Amino acid sequence: MTLAKRIVPCLDVKDGRVVKGTRFVDLRDAGDPIELARRYDGQGADELVFLDITASAERRRTVVELAARVADVLFIPFTVGGGIRGADDAGEILRAGADKVALNSAAVRDPDAISAVASRFGSQAMVLAIDARATASGYEVVIDGGRTPTGNDAVEWAREGVRRGAGEILLTSMETDGTRRGFDLALTAAVAGAVEVPVIASGGASGPADFVDLFRRTGADAGLAASIFHHGEVTVADVKAALSRGGIVVRPSEVPAWT
Amino acid sequence: MIAVVDYGVGNLASVLKAFRAVGHAAELVRDPVRLRDARAIVLPGVGHFGHCSREFHRYDLAPLVLDARSRGVPILGICVGMQLLFEGSEEAEDAPGLGLIAGQVRRMRGVPRLPQTGWNEVRVTATHPWIGDAAAWYYFVHSYAADAAAPATLGTIDYGGERAAIVAADGLLGVQFHPEKSGIAGLRLLRAFGEAVA
Repeated sequence: MTLAKRIVPCLDVKDGRVVKGTRFVDLRDAGDPIELARRYDGQGADELVFLDITASAERRRTVVELAARVADVLFIPFTVGGGIRGADDAGEILRAGADKVALNSAAVRDPDAISAVASRFGSQAMVLAIDARATASGYEVVIDGGRTPTGNDAVEWAREGVRRGAGEILLTSMETDGTRRGFDLALTAAVAGAVEVPVIASGGASGPADFVDLFRRTGADAGLAASIFHHGEVTVADVKAALSRGGIVVRPSEVPAWT
Repeated sequence: MIAVVDYGVGNLASVLKAFRAVGHAAELVRDPVRLRDARAIVLPGVGHFGHCSREFHRYDLAPLVLDARSRGVPILGICVGMQLLFEGSEEAEDAPGLGLIAGQVRRMRGVPRLPQTGWNEVRVTATHPWIGDAAAWYYFVHSYAADAAAPATLGTIDYGGERAAIVAADGLLGVQFHPEKSGIAGLRLLRAFGEAVA
């Protein structure tokens, strides 16, 4: 088995700029998405995720522009999420050059959107993003950036999403997101054990050791982080070096000629 | 000009951009006359084999590709485009491939996850005049694979068993991975291919 565990930097983009801070609040400019994408590519990122958090009516246009600009410079897979409501939105973004789209709130409100995207563009392009928080009995799906509870069980929703055609799950724990206490291992293990498709764990990474824990203790296929990479305190290469030392297979970096 | 066959399937723009990034003129082509001018033909493809096969035949591209091959025009298949070089796939048994390489593409069994999504290490059993020694890490997204033990196989990966990653026959090369999404390693392969067929 030589499939590498993937390290995936995430860029939250608002009005065409990368922002950092807790999601939706205390946003500060963290740079140009293309420059950051190139930097992470140079550090050995296996894939990138862009989440558009533009709130205005301009959102769809900014998402499509972003996908096109990234596609011009990046030769690794990238996913775009944020405000994608269905197959028509997805088609615009994929045609602009994204490899996958991530559906979150829209998929909860209209689960048929998952099958619509998957049947038109293939499951490999349909990432189901799930935000979950702990409850007394398990994990509940929340939407609208964590503001709206749904009553749906996260593990069940992941299963249903896969049945409907999702080719990958991007799983964010509201318990750990922004806390830097490490990934939510219980949630990740539960979802990764319940579905056949790959699971990208998100939320809570504070450094390389958290990625080692994630891959040792859960069936996650990829780990995603945003702020630790933007701050520059940890590089993708640092994470991969720690994983290699821990006996976890990662893709060795090749330095891109264009950096 | 390298003709990237446009049959409405997959992320064709990525393949074009990757060739251009390494200095090779590439164009999306569907028109038979323009396809005859191509110095090499690339068959892209992503998603469902049945959908790809139907679209490919709907545009009546099979005779054009077969004609190009008979004139010695090099052909490179990528992902489902590689699978189309075979006789068919378990994914859609009613949808024919081109039959240029013997055998069927089969669902991967005994694997931890489907689709295989991510970077895997390709080991090569033989170099190829177009791409040399292509051993490297590449990006894969697929649930079906060609037989690793078949004579056409010259590169393999380990994913719940050995799977074909690079296949070749006279005038044909196929890669299961996405070179256009495989960073430096993928660009190096596309550059080598472009130079070899120039």
